[in-house]
Amino acid sequence: MSVYEPEALIAKDIDAYLDQHQHKSLLRFITCGSVDDGKSTLIGRLLYDSKMIFEDQLAALEADSKRVGTQGQNIDFALLVDGLAAEREQGITIDVAYRFFTTEKRKFIVADTPGHEQYTRNMVTGASTADLAVILVDARKGVLTQTRRHSYLAHLLGIRHLVLAVNKMDLVGYSQSTYDKIVADYAAFAASIGIAGFTPMPISGYQGDNVTTRSAHTPWYQGPTLIGHLESVELDVAADQAKPFRLPVQWVNRPNQDFRGFAGMIAGGTVRPGDKVRILPSGHTSTVSRIVTFDGDLDAAVAGQSVTLTLADEVDCSRGDVIAAASDPCQVADQFEATIVWMAAEPMLPGRPYWLKLGTQLVTANVQAPKYQVNVNTMEHLAAKTLELNAIGVANLSTDRPISFEPYSASRDLGGFILIDKLTNATVAAGLLHFSLRRSQNVHWQALDVSREAHARLKNQSPAVLWFTGLSGAGKSTIANRVEKKLLRMNRHTFLLDGDNVRHGLNKDLGFTDADRVENIRRVGEVAKLMTDAGLVVLTAFISPFRAEREMVRQMMAPGEFFEIFIDTPLADAEQRDVKGLYKKARSGTLKNFTGIDSPYEPPENPDLRIDTTKVTPDEAAEMVIKLLFGEL
Amino acid sequence: MSIELTHLRRLEAESIQIFREVVAETENPVMLYSVGKDSAVMMHLARKAFFPAMPPFPLLHVDTTWKFRAMYELRDRMAKESGMQLLVHQNPDALARGINPFDHGGLHTDLWKTEGLKQALDKYGFDAAFGGARRDEEKSRAKERIFSFRSANHRWDPKNQRPELWRLYNTKKAKGESIRVFPISNWTELDIWQYIHLENIPIVPLYFAAERPTVERDGLILMVDDDRFRLKPGEKPVMRSIRFRTLGCYPLTGAVESHAATLPEVIQEMLLTTTSERQGRAIDHDQAASMEKKKQEGYF
Repeated sequence: MSVYEPEALIAKDIDAYLDQHQHKSLLRFITCGSVDDGKSTLIGRLLYDSKMIFEDQLAALEADSKRVGTQGQNIDFALLVDGLAAEREQGITIDVAYRFFTTEKRKFIVADTPGHEQYTRNMVTGASTADLAVILVDARKGVLTQTRRHSYLAHLLGIRHLVLAVNKMDLVGYSQSTYDKIVADYAAFAASIGIAGFTPMPISGYQGDNVTTRSAHTPWYQGPTLIGHLESVELDVAADQAKPFRLPVQWVNRPNQDFRGFAGMIAGGTVRPGDKVRILPSGHTSTVSRIVTFDGDLDAAVAGQSVTLTLADEVDCSRGDVIAAASDPCQVADQFEATIVWMAAEPMLPGRPYWLKLGTQLVTANVQAPKYQVNVNTMEHLAAKTLELNAIGVANLSTDRPISFEPYSASRDLGGFILIDKLTNATVAAGLLHFSLRRSQNVHWQALDVSREAHARLKNQSPAVLWFTGLSGAGKSTIANRVEKKLLRMNRHTFLLDGDNVRHGLNKDLGFTDADRVENIRRVGEVAKLMTDAGLVVLTAFISPFRAEREMVRQMMAPGEFFEIFIDTPLADAEQRDVKGLYKKARSGTLKNFTGIDSPYEPPENPDLRIDTTKVTPDEAAEMVIKLLFGEL
Repeated sequence: MSIELTHLRRLEAESIQIFREVVAETENPVMLYSVGKDSAVMMHLARKAFFPAMPPFPLLHVDTTWKFRAMYELRDRMAKESGMQLLVHQNPDALARGINPFDHGGLHTDLWKTEGLKQALDKYGFDAAFGGARRDEEKSRAKERIFSFRSANHRWDPKNQRPELWRLYNTKKAKGESIRVFPISNWTELDIWQYIHLENIPIVPLYFAAERPTVERDGLILMVDDDRFRLKPGEKPVMRSIRFRTLGCYPLTGAVESHAATLPEVIQEMLLTTTSERQGRAIDHDQAASMEKKKQEGYF
């Protein structure tokens, strides 16, 4: 690792320098430690070593060092960033100060939090945007209560990269055994709170050992320097872009009647024109038409980019909605368990309505009394009736309408929220969603009542859904009818949900647009699910053209109870049969949105059973389905 | 295959997110447009944020009548080019009293800028104003929030600032309160220059070195931009190759001697230079007039 010496390149070839610096990445990190750990000295050193200090500042620094510094005639780097005493006198709230420096590989934003009272609130704020945390430990003191507290908070806020900087190594004679013991102590603690890994290093912020340059005093240390590590640590870019797509809609862009764009910053995943998306919480689906930017349309956009999407359909979508991957949407719920960090002098009032802001959604929320409070020094759970300033607790909360969310562990943007006092408008708390309560409540509720197992036992059968999918006229209803008759003869309790019949009643309000087709399948899925709860073997005969909805229905059912049966009839054959005369109408244009003609059909990729109707008779097909149901295939 | 976002793209995305959040959650926003390089970047980002629509807010120039002529030219050109509405406010009181930087010292800034800004915000009823301040400009700004709240009489209450977590901004405010929003808080001077270079953003030519008529006073090189400049007895304008690192009222803004006539040369000089940006502004040298105090009084 070499010292960063940009001057030569700047002076020699500014264009090459600019080119190099336009391709840097950005790393945001937080430094954790109290005054005595040498945090300010370390940050000052980083700024100094990366040549981010101008001569006039340096002159002032040298003068101040001699006047008020704590390092004798040497430069007191802490003075570069401190100046906090004066601010305290002026009564200015100090929570987080942001410092900036750059090397040839990365730009860094350092969140610096003063390490005294208010520490929890400040550190949580700084950690909320950090990719990495530098935990400073004084080599003379080892792992202290505050080290554990800092680590717990960093871990709580989802920081995946931790650096254990054992500082002031110069004051312990660069002793390897001292260092090894601290690292071992810390490793034991880290494992106990679920920290998967960390990068330890012996440094001296004051002397500069292993900060920018490898130290001659620690030949036993083979790892990277602090800057070397900060420059090279792998960010979670690829993982974030591989997540399912999420765009919280910030603003609807409507410059004229012909353009309607949905603007926001992508919270996760990747999006491309042609991608199927679902609008949450409504559940309507559409397709991405364009990714519009000032610099031209994009072929793809990824997490962290601010974009504007247009959709193929005129679907309802406004601020607060989330546009998500249709095949893997996020959850929608109105009751949650969450960790809450209280940040206001006024304690939390369980039951009082607060504004809750999550992503671009603003709702009213009620927080229940905490289940427990966490002692941030010992990680013990304490009983608590409320939460005071800087307290962290776990509580249930409910919102006045459903919100789209993800657990905080999966997404900071869709799992982190703030609470706002409705009277003072102050931000009073930060929260991290764990999970929605609905599912766990249902299981509990059913267990007390006549259970689905009881229903099934009474009928002496296992409930199941036989889901027939295929083009119109493929033979779904014909085969399903034969299967049901056979099952009846076997004393099975069944029910056949047929597409046409359902559209005469339950779904008579739905048409054949993509959105309506999705809703059609969703409702049928819910009905089929209720019927399996009642112990029935359900047969459904619906075109169900989209993979995403068939997958959605599969997810609704108990494991092993859903069978996707693909009635595979080539379009030409189905059209030739045209039992209901619909293909003729579709071809003549009098029938719109007809699957296979002007509306797509997405064949199953891995159906539980595929029936090629050009090769088997309806009766043979029915036999195959029976075998599938009884596990004889 | 993942797409690597550079630091400039991430800063850009963050700024755009802030612009959109303000437009979505406030009633009557405005952008303070001072015609400097930070304003130029801010305006460019605003145009990106709302494309293909125009930014749904006007530009407000709180004018002192003492800006460089080249600034007025670029201001009018950019307003025209962007199609955005340009509001120019000159404090009528300062105008009537003939307040100028030669006779009135600190009062000049106070009346034209601080009071002028308050007047304009009140006159149009703006409840949110975008400003181009950056956290790297000086130590006291490092802890500034991106959203800064002002009381109905424009006072800043430093004891009551809201924590800013994740990308969540609490924009709730009482009637009469307003917000100053700084979308380029996390940009450094180098980022600004690189972005101007990368995106080809028009800036005032005064940032580039050229032969200009100057006088030297109190260690500052001042440009004689028009015949209102009062020459002291015996003082004669001298042609020097100069440029400006920061732009304000021309009689108060110090130039640096330079031959950097292109953007890369300017950046090169900036990187190799040894004095920090705000040194060129007379305002910061005012005895103990800390930024903090000015902010509490309503200075942007």
